[in-house]
Amino acid sequence: MGKKQLVLVGNGMAGVRAIEEILSVAKDEFQITIFGAEPHPNYNRILLSKVLQGDTDIKDITLNDWDWYEENNIQLYTNETVIKVDTENKTVITDADRIQPYDELILATGSVPFILPIPGADKKGVTAFRDIKDTDTMLAASKQYKKAAVIGGGLLGLEAARGLLNLGMDVSVIHLAPFLMERQLDATAGRLLQNELEKQGMTFLLEKQTEEIVGDDRVEGLRFKDGTSIEADLVVMAVGIRPNTTLGAESGIPVNRGIIVNDYMQTEIPHIYAVGECAEHRGIAYGLVAPLYEQAKVLAKHMCGIETKPYEGSVLSTQLKVSGVEVFSAGDFNESEEKKAIKVFDEQDGIYKKIVLRGNQIVGAVLFGDSSEGNRLFSMIQKEADISETSKISILQPLSQEAGTSITAAMSDDEIICGCNGVSKGAIIQAIQEKGCSSTDEIKACTGASRSCGGCKPLVEEILQHTLGSDFDASAQKEAICGCTTLSRDEVVEEIKAKGLSHTREVMNVLGWKTPEGCSKCRPALNYYLGMINPTKYEDDRTSRFVNERMHANIQKDGTYSVVPRMYGGVTNSTDLRKIADVVDKYEIPLVKMTGGQRIDLIGVKKEDLPKVWEDLDMPSGYAYGKTLRTVKTCVGEQFCRFGTQDSMALGIALEKKFEGLNTPHKVKMAVSACPRNCAESGIKDLGVVGIDGGWELYVGGNGGTHLRAGDLLMKVKTNEEVLEYAGAYLQYYRETANYLERTSAWLERVGLSHVQSVLNDPEKRQELNGRMNETLSVHKDPWKDFLEDKQTSKELFENVVTTS
Amino acid sequence: MVNKDVTKVCIGKIEELPEQLGKTVYIEDKELAVFKLSDGSIRAIENRCPHKGGVLAEGIVSGQYVFCPMHDWKISLEDGIVQEPDHGCVKTYETLIEGEHVYLVY
Repeated sequence: MGKKQLVLVGNGMAGVRAIEEILSVAKDEFQITIFGAEPHPNYNRILLSKVLQGDTDIKDITLNDWDWYEENNIQLYTNETVIKVDTENKTVITDADRIQPYDELILATGSVPFILPIPGADKKGVTAFRDIKDTDTMLAASKQYKKAAVIGGGLLGLEAARGLLNLGMDVSVIHLAPFLMERQLDATAGRLLQNELEKQGMTFLLEKQTEEIVGDDRVEGLRFKDGTSIEADLVVMAVGIRPNTTLGAESGIPVNRGIIVNDYMQTEIPHIYAVGECAEHRGIAYGLVAPLYEQAKVLAKHMCGIETKPYEGSVLSTQLKVSGVEVFSAGDFNESEEKKAIKVFDEQDGIYKKIVLRGNQIVGAVLFGDSSEGNRLFSMIQKEADISETSKISILQPLSQEAGTSITAAMSDDEIICGCNGVSKGAIIQAIQEKGCSSTDEIKACTGASRSCGGCKPLVEEILQHTLGSDFDASAQKEAICGCTTLSRDEVVEEIKAKGLSHTREVMNVLGWKTPEGCSKCRPALNYYLGMINPTKYEDDRTSRFVNERMHANIQKDGTYSVVPRMYGGVTNSTDLRKIADVVDKYEIPLVKMTGGQRIDLIGVKKEDLPKVWEDLDMPSGYAYGKTLRTVKTCVGEQFCRFGTQDSMALGIALEKKFEGLNTPHKVKMAVSACPRNCAESGIKDLGVVGIDGGWELYVGGNGGTHLRAGDLLMKVKTNEEVLEYAGAYLQYYRETANYLERTSAWLERVGLSHVQSVLNDPEKRQELNGRMNETLSVHKDPWKDFLEDKQTSKELFENVVTTS
Repeated sequence: MVNKDVTKVCIGKIEELPEQLGKTVYIEDKELAVFKLSDGSIRAIENRCPHKGGVLAEGIVSGQYVFCPMHDWKISLEDGIVQEPDHGCVKTYETLIEGEHVYLVY
């Protein structure tokens, strides 16, 4: 007899989690088949808002990649929807007319977004926010349209709104209730949240009921019940979800709000289970992730005939994933006759904390402004901890060392610590004891805990501390440069200087690296620090360079490269353009494109062609691949522009010629605009220069990438020479004090603008910094020319071996 | 007993392979990444990361591991196994050093 057939309907977080639990207790008992309506493998739906906000990529939120299904012998049908369960013959039938028999069936059909039944809801430009497809719709709309309206001021609506704001849209949030997130927050916290989000640029229309979505084919606006209206060309409906019970109901499985299950996740039909958002347990259908993990565990054990505690429901906690806002809520957070609250409200710092007690038991909490205590309070709420022994106010204080028993110590091993990745306390302890992890970073690498949203990091650290006991090394918890060492960036730099270390291998050796040859994080960092400290004597270690900086070209996904020749200040001429055109023809380069930094990018060059392409171009490297000065973007300026007050091209060219090829902790982008109209976008550059009447303004720490940041005005100067002098001192100070891979935007926020100003305004320090900068610049050689002279290296790096048999 | 066919192909001199770096090697329809480790020994694996098909020959080599240049997956050069927290495996190939020449056996 073959294995028993196990079929899962719904390839999402809850269902696949149940399969993982089943595999972990009974690896070979079942032949598993999974049906998923979406075209993707299982991904972390919760993090879609982070994708929309630009903090992460779709590929990084995949939980189980295609290989996982293959390795576990799971038959996966994506893009295929189960339309009926034949409970009599024990088969499921799909929209591709497939009939799949089962011995055991799990329904994990999730939930569907609730779409308001109002006129116009079917217009183009109206979307929900539930899956990758919706996210793509919003991303695409943001490129073409400007005005977004989000209906629903709950968790999901606000996360969507923040994402759309990041994508450059004007965002209005329409909400029926008098304050935001009324299902998770009280009125005080809701209003604080509103204030904060208004500061970030959101507009709120509260106590508004949408009556109609207007427009022709595509949405053009919203009309409300009170007669008012707004314009919008994208509408996101985030008014709630309802369990997806269609399949269950049509197949005769008893359904109420969700598919009804007992304490072992069984439906009323034998051999059919339901789990996750589609299931209704004791009258509740959960819409958050943590309960799903608990349910999956009980389901798996029960199905495999292993004794298990029944599932008895979950206490919920939520955390809003919006950058710059800390909001946490858990349990029963509204006070009443028998429930009293303790509140702390620091209006000055915008911090609000409330815990709700029933007698001496803590049953709920709301935190705004500082949610670092969230995990600890949540554990206390889950346990309905008795706080009569503790002074009431101290419960709202950070946990101090001597505060007695820790919360994680009292947790059982199967309690989930990392909700995003479903990592239990037991798994973390195992990583510490059996795999030798001794820092939160190592635990992250080993188990995935705190890899996604990072909210559980304090708990992971606490477990680490308790598991290691006296072996716990607090110093290891400072920001080590990677898992190979416990030393921080500053300590490593100090040791290199003090001990006169001169090679990456020597650093790792002398400073007791755990891995003899380091890793892809520390090696490039050490190589940078060594070169920064000893610019003229240090010999660059190309084996410690990331591919692009080793090859001096930008690797593409197919293993070809892109080549960007230098064009100082973005100014070119007919000779260079002819050479470029000839090279494109000769080497059949498939794509020629302008870069964002005003350069020409030749994309799709074969590795073995690179040296020949460089030779034919006979132009310096544009360094479009390096942690170095990329480009100085310029506007036309006073030479031709009727508004230009300064010669922006000349200054841009001078800056680029002076600093080209400089190794920096991360890439550095510059721009020079000739007037405050700022056509070269100087406001979002690591160093941006803006011409004013009689001088220049210098802006620093600007960034136009993932973490959009406007530059801060460093100072105003009068002459080009002063620009170069301050630019040199600023860049050198950044080089000497930033962590490797820290952009000026993050660095400036860390060290502070006024601190940098005070350093640069000290003439002596400025001179010293420029001295070291000039010493560093004195050894620069064009890398492409270098390769042409050094045939040996060129051969080693760019030639392939082709055998003939 | 099955008599297995084994092919041995010379891929060059050992001194021509750069230390702690990879080399792209084409054999018939196969594309391999061949590495000379810091101890002078040679490893050969399939030149495609199981994640998104990144070329492994250009990765940073640390000890017995290579880091894929595309998304930093860490792959063992001994058995081709992708290290935690990622999962997967690449094919490994046997190599031989005879005199000053390096051979691939497959």
